[in-house]
Amino acid sequence: MATITIALMDPPYETETTTTAFRIIDAAVRKGHSVNVFAYEGAVNLTMADQAPHPDPVKGTSVEEQDHPTTKDWIAAMFKAADGRLDWVNCGLCVDERGAGNWIEGPRRGAPKDFVEWVEASDQTLVIPTK
Amino acid sequence: MGKKVLNILETGYRATVEEQDDTILWLSSMFKGAGLDVTLLLRANAVNYAVRGQDASGLRFGELEVAHPPEIDRDVEALLEKGVAVHYVSDDAVQRGIADSELVEGVKPISKRDLPGLLDQFDQVWHW
Repeated sequence: MATITIALMDPPYETETTTTAFRIIDAAVRKGHSVNVFAYEGAVNLTMADQAPHPDPVKGTSVEEQDHPTTKDWIAAMFKAADGRLDWVNCGLCVDERGAGNWIEGPRRGAPKDFVEWVEASDQTLVIPTK
Repeated sequence: MGKKVLNILETGYRATVEEQDDTILWLSSMFKGAGLDVTLLLRANAVNYAVRGQDASGLRFGELEVAHPPEIDRDVEALLEKGVAVHYVSDDAVQRGIADSELVEGVKPISKRDLPGLLDQFDQVWHW
């Protein structure tokens, strides 16, 4: 099985690349690979524990009816599916300047040095930047 | 032996006032410091990063002044001093009316035609 490192930058709800990245991570862990995620800049907001779903006044749906997981829920689900094969680092300085330090169980605080160590140890690295 | 990495930076001036720098130039410096063999390629609007004499000072919101505006050209010089090779796509500079004489010393031009040869020298190519 392979080890893949992915760098993400986009915050939640701004671009389709987040969903694409989640698809890649999920597919990789389901196939038995190990995945490292380095969340840089706005991507540190993906794991914020205080994210909350909301009702939809346009559709007239309640929170329950919307049943709309936030990005932290998707990430928690991937941690569960990965069974120890997903490592997620939030870039610490990016966390500090965004006030994004209250995150779900699973991710940990880190730095570019962690990304470099992963790069050297991984079979492949994918950078998904922001535009 | 460690992996050789080419960082391609394309978007220029993305949140550089908020961050007081360019976050990919910053990351490249951190990578170098962590021991990664990293080279930088500036293309498209980011070729302007190598233009000497940029001045983003003087910005104020209410009574709060931006005390440390970004100094992108100096950050490029700092990368060169740190041993990071910095290339720029010469076609993109010409297209933007940027003359070689306007650029910081030490950045290396490369034509679009020659890019495949450059990319071939690296184990990893990351396009930011």
